[in-house]
Amino acid sequence: MSELEPSRRADRRAAVVCWLVAGGVSLVFGWILLDLLRLGLPRISWSFLVEAPANAGRDGGIGTVLVSTLAILAVCLAVAVPLGLGCAAYLAEIVRRDGAFGRWIRHSLDLLAAVPSIVFGLFGTVFFCQILGLGFSILAGGLTLACMVLPILIRATEAGFRSAPDDLRRAAAALGLSQTATLRHLLLPAALPGLMVGLVLGVGRALAETAALLFTSGYVTRMPTSWLDSGRALSVHIYDLAMNVPGGEEAAYASALVLIVLLALVNGAATWAAEAWIGGRPAR
Amino acid sequence: MSRPLADRWLTGILGAGAVLAGLVVLLIVAFLTIESIPALREIGPGRFITDVSWHPDRDATRGTFLLLPMVAGTGALALGALLLAAPAGVVSAVFCRFYAPAPVARAYRRLVELLAGIPSVVYGFWGLVTLVPLLRSIEPPGQSLLAGILVLALMILPTVALLADSALRSVPRSLLDAAAALGMERWAMVRGVVLPAAAQGITTGVLLAAARAVGETMAVLMVCGNVVQVPSSLFEPVRSLTANIALEMAYATLDHRSALFVTGLVLMAAVASLTLVAARIGGGELRHE
Repeated sequence: MSELEPSRRADRRAAVVCWLVAGGVSLVFGWILLDLLRLGLPRISWSFLVEAPANAGRDGGIGTVLVSTLAILAVCLAVAVPLGLGCAAYLAEIVRRDGAFGRWIRHSLDLLAAVPSIVFGLFGTVFFCQILGLGFSILAGGLTLACMVLPILIRATEAGFRSAPDDLRRAAAALGLSQTATLRHLLLPAALPGLMVGLVLGVGRALAETAALLFTSGYVTRMPTSWLDSGRALSVHIYDLAMNVPGGEEAAYASALVLIVLLALVNGAATWAAEAWIGGRPAR
Repeated sequence: MSRPLADRWLTGILGAGAVLAGLVVLLIVAFLTIESIPALREIGPGRFITDVSWHPDRDATRGTFLLLPMVAGTGALALGALLLAAPAGVVSAVFCRFYAPAPVARAYRRLVELLAGIPSVVYGFWGLVTLVPLLRSIEPPGQSLLAGILVLALMILPTVALLADSALRSVPRSLLDAAAALGMERWAMVRGVVLPAAAQGITTGVLLAAARAVGETMAVLMVCGNVVQVPSSLFEPVRSLTANIALEMAYATLDHRSALFVTGLVLMAAVASLTLVAARIGGGELRHE
């Protein structure tokens, strides 16, 4: 038995390392979360959520910032969802999976998913703000984010279409249904869970984004009255309070906590939707 | 057999959507290039490497445009973060698959997913108000290469851990059974059978994490101090390529602005090559989280 000893000792050592690393990561996570709760929670109240920022954000609340954030998100989804759905349907149902065209689009979407957010910002500021003449606006910010979430949305929705059983397609063909009817009445409902998962992942990415919005939707904290107004997103607000406003930490903590809670709600919705519809965890 | 008109319309519309989605990345590269041309023509690619310093000016002849410190900054940050996050991420995945009891593994995996979902601006803010003062008490100024490395490592650890986890999961059951039948201890099996079999997937994960580290803006911008210099110690401030764009874009004009697009082009090239190598190794289909 004694020759087994060294390997057993190695296993023991590996177990200790594993538990230490996992414990360390959990501790740091707990540290961040506790800091946010401890220093952010005291500031959070109903009036913080609805009032406009005052005194460069030190006082007042984040009401107008939340409105701008939701407006940017709305623009992003209004553009990205139809486009993403169409592209996913095309990739999954119309072109051959291993065809050159489908491969080209899929590669280009993989590359798009890897583009750094600051580069999206550069692109947005040239294309949407200048060439399309939108200026620093909610519209420009939302369109920039739409480009950014497109690959996430398409990948999840395409997986949704592919999860529809081929029996559906054969039955529809046997009944002589047109492609349009098959897509609309049979395959779209089947792909809906995938779309929902993509939607939620995309919303998460869009809410968390800062760098792409710095010079597309701008810094203005006034209540936006049109899609062409500049509006400050919540993430940009946190950045500005932390870096440019001495004494803004308290409000920054509270804003960060609100952002985390929003993201957690979205994430919870994703898990719930995935479990209700697919009976599994969201595909990542 | 002629197809119904509606079907041809539908195919056309969906196809147009697909082409549009496929074109976005090309548009991005095209605009980066077009906006870089004035700088590449007036300043020339050589001066980004040979100029004495980075003191940009709207007039190419009056400014100096040394981009190397930012390239070094980004490289040092990404490398440092990878050195910490790659082993920790792989160990995390091994922990989940082989060492943790099922409920602990489930909870830990969930925690790593949550860590992946924290916005970069929140990491940056937390680093700025918690980590930076800690480092300052060791050696001022606090906003430093080390602060950036620590925050970045925390941010890319979930990428490595989640992708390594799915690589470990895809190791064939038969290999594990064979190892068990040979009487291998758990660690011998992990080291001798599982990790080699999952090496491809793990490498892909590490490369994607590297791409993420190179492309990260907010966290780095907030904790690194942003001084343009090649750092000679971990406690000195640095400026990354991404921070260079974020800091100066607000007021840059003409040649200066164009030089920032060159910065973006360099960044894009680095991230794209990391991603393409990852795709090559991973066998075509990429998985991001």
